[in-house]
Amino acid sequence: MRFVDEFREPELISKTAEEIRRLAGTQRHYRMMEVCGGHTHAIYRFGLKDILPENIELIHGPGCPVCVLPMGRIDDGLAIAQQPDVIFAAFGDMMRVPGTQGSPLEHKARGMDVRIVYSPSDALKLARLNPEKHVMFFAIGFETTAPSTALTMMRAKAEGIRNFSVFCNHVTIIPAIRAILDSPDMRLDAFIGPGHVSTVIGCRPYEWIAQNESKPIVVSGFEPLDMLQSIVMLLRQLRAGEAKVENQYKRVVPWEGNRAALKAMAEVFQLRPYFEWRGLGFISQSALRINDKYAEFDAEQRFEVPGIRVTDPKAAQCGEVLKGVLKPHQCKLFGRECTPEHPVGALMVSSEGSCAAYHNYEHRKAAMVSLGSIA
Amino acid sequence: MRLEASTAPAAVVSDSAPTRFRDPQIEMAHGAGGKASRKLVEGLFAPLLFGAAPGPLGDAAHVDLNGTTVAITTDSFVVKPLSFPGGSIGELAVNGTVNDLAVSGAKAEALVVSYVLEAGLPTPILEAEVRAMAKAARDAGVRIPAGDTKVVEHGKADQMYITTTGIGRLLRGVNVDPRSVRVGDRILLSGPIGDHGITILLARGELDLEADLRSDTRSVLPLVETLIHAAGPGIRWMRDPTRGGAATSLNELARDCGLGMVLFEDQIPVRDTVRGACELLGLDPLHIANEGQFLAVVSPEYADVAINALCLAPGGSEAQVIGEVREQPAGAVLVTTLYGGSRIVDMLVGDPLPRIC
Repeated sequence: MRFVDEFREPELISKTAEEIRRLAGTQRHYRMMEVCGGHTHAIYRFGLKDILPENIELIHGPGCPVCVLPMGRIDDGLAIAQQPDVIFAAFGDMMRVPGTQGSPLEHKARGMDVRIVYSPSDALKLARLNPEKHVMFFAIGFETTAPSTALTMMRAKAEGIRNFSVFCNHVTIIPAIRAILDSPDMRLDAFIGPGHVSTVIGCRPYEWIAQNESKPIVVSGFEPLDMLQSIVMLLRQLRAGEAKVENQYKRVVPWEGNRAALKAMAEVFQLRPYFEWRGLGFISQSALRINDKYAEFDAEQRFEVPGIRVTDPKAAQCGEVLKGVLKPHQCKLFGRECTPEHPVGALMVSSEGSCAAYHNYEHRKAAMVSLGSIA
Repeated sequence: MRLEASTAPAAVVSDSAPTRFRDPQIEMAHGAGGKASRKLVEGLFAPLLFGAAPGPLGDAAHVDLNGTTVAITTDSFVVKPLSFPGGSIGELAVNGTVNDLAVSGAKAEALVVSYVLEAGLPTPILEAEVRAMAKAARDAGVRIPAGDTKVVEHGKADQMYITTTGIGRLLRGVNVDPRSVRVGDRILLSGPIGDHGITILLARGELDLEADLRSDTRSVLPLVETLIHAAGPGIRWMRDPTRGGAATSLNELARDCGLGMVLFEDQIPVRDTVRGACELLGLDPLHIANEGQFLAVVSPEYADVAINALCLAPGGSEAQVIGEVREQPAGAVLVTTLYGGSRIVDMLVGDPLPRIC
């Protein structure tokens, strides 16, 4: 398969892994955070830990939109969908995320009209096909998905569609990185920068990380070779005592980002003064709301929203895992009360969540008598 | 759904046996063929219906009738849309049951069929599916001597559901039992995986994706017979990886025999279109349903002859050894890559949901 297989080429991967071992040496321990959930998933799916030296530690960051969504927002969205003639539309990613009364899929099993859509424009299509119903799109995601939500609302406005709204949970990546860096228990050497988000925002917004925090950051693709090459680039910077923003994912990410996408976001959204992140708490100016020009499409303005706040179960240590302070398996609930079939914390729901990824791909491997016997 | 005990239950049906199924309600996941399905079958159906110690659950039960052992199985078909590139519900309803019998080492002799029809179903649609069944039955050499029809109100069923129950004669020279699997055995796959599941996903028209792809629905009996003829004494286990995909079937085997299934990723046949769709949607081909492939575990000395025979047979040219049985990871499936990475692949959890963000 073109554009995929080239980046999974065994010989190149072995060579790059060898270069990483050479650069990493044995004297120093490196802690690198991959910000994006897609990277977390790729690390486990491709078994990259097996080929990295032990002194390179990858810390899973906050870049899984499902994982950082507070449970109260899910309850709010489902409460709206409980009103008569409302269709709840969301990405597949959302369907198993538990609210206090169950996930969207469980609500569907009890009779709620819940639809899986593959893009916001599919939700708008549902609205056109069901004029007697109201379609509420439960929007999630970072800057990766926000532009398509924005364009869909612009389309809805242009067409004069009245039975469509968006329950907006879009968040922005930079404040989350800032919150991680501000956290006193956090010690990081470098960042593997998010690939998909950067296709929209470009590389410039990361410059403060290099300049003010003196941490190298390399925006990376998602194939094994992409990620290994990014680690090589980070090690070179660290060894040279440098801190700059580099772009490994040039085949997709323009340095300046995607102007058309940013323009669409600016047309429809404005920053919320603050927003709650699961595990990280309230972060100021970290999320988007729909601006007054598009108020008619804002589910939060059209419907009575209960504004539910749910505190995470005390025993769950999602926050510590999300900030990279704990490894998934170090949480007290991991693999016992909290499993992919019955997730307590959201990190166990999405396959991009570090707990689910670890549970699915890694933890029985770690429990094996001898790793040597399976390689 | 696998509901069949592979051995005749020693104990009789008991309505007071303790059950372990604690999920508060039935979800779609309980029918998706993965972990939740297994929990339902093992936690509720097996203790009450299959007797105290039913043994590993297989694709068909073997039942003793006055000294003659026959294989029996049943399957319900609720596919949407009814027809799709490469096949339709009628064809699936015959081949699915023929295949469940084949991989339990039996040749289907007769099927009985049960229709649940939704009022308002156009007759031409029904007729087309009955014709598809007749053709598939003729091709597989199986009779359909009896059936039943129920009609439910409009809106209470998705056009039509079909249930087929089949009995089969045991094929000579083969004895499949997961407990006979040993370290060093080879894992065989009859051809590319994921064609059916991805075809259905695309045929629903909910994705703006198109691909030149057809369901793999077919009777696997001819290939199973080829395998038995070539390597019968070496065959330890067979399974057709339908819902839940190859990963779920192999996880069930790993659990039943307590050994590790180690797969070589570059050896697993997957068409580029299926790989592409899976990459886009965040799915794993190992979790995608198949309707015309089977997995087999054979002892190492029979592996080459088995593959050679399959590759020469019509429809078997893409058969591959995809892995081997090892001590570790005990009870689990591990996929290894050429560059030295590896990952555990679990059973499917819930329905495969496309990932977007």
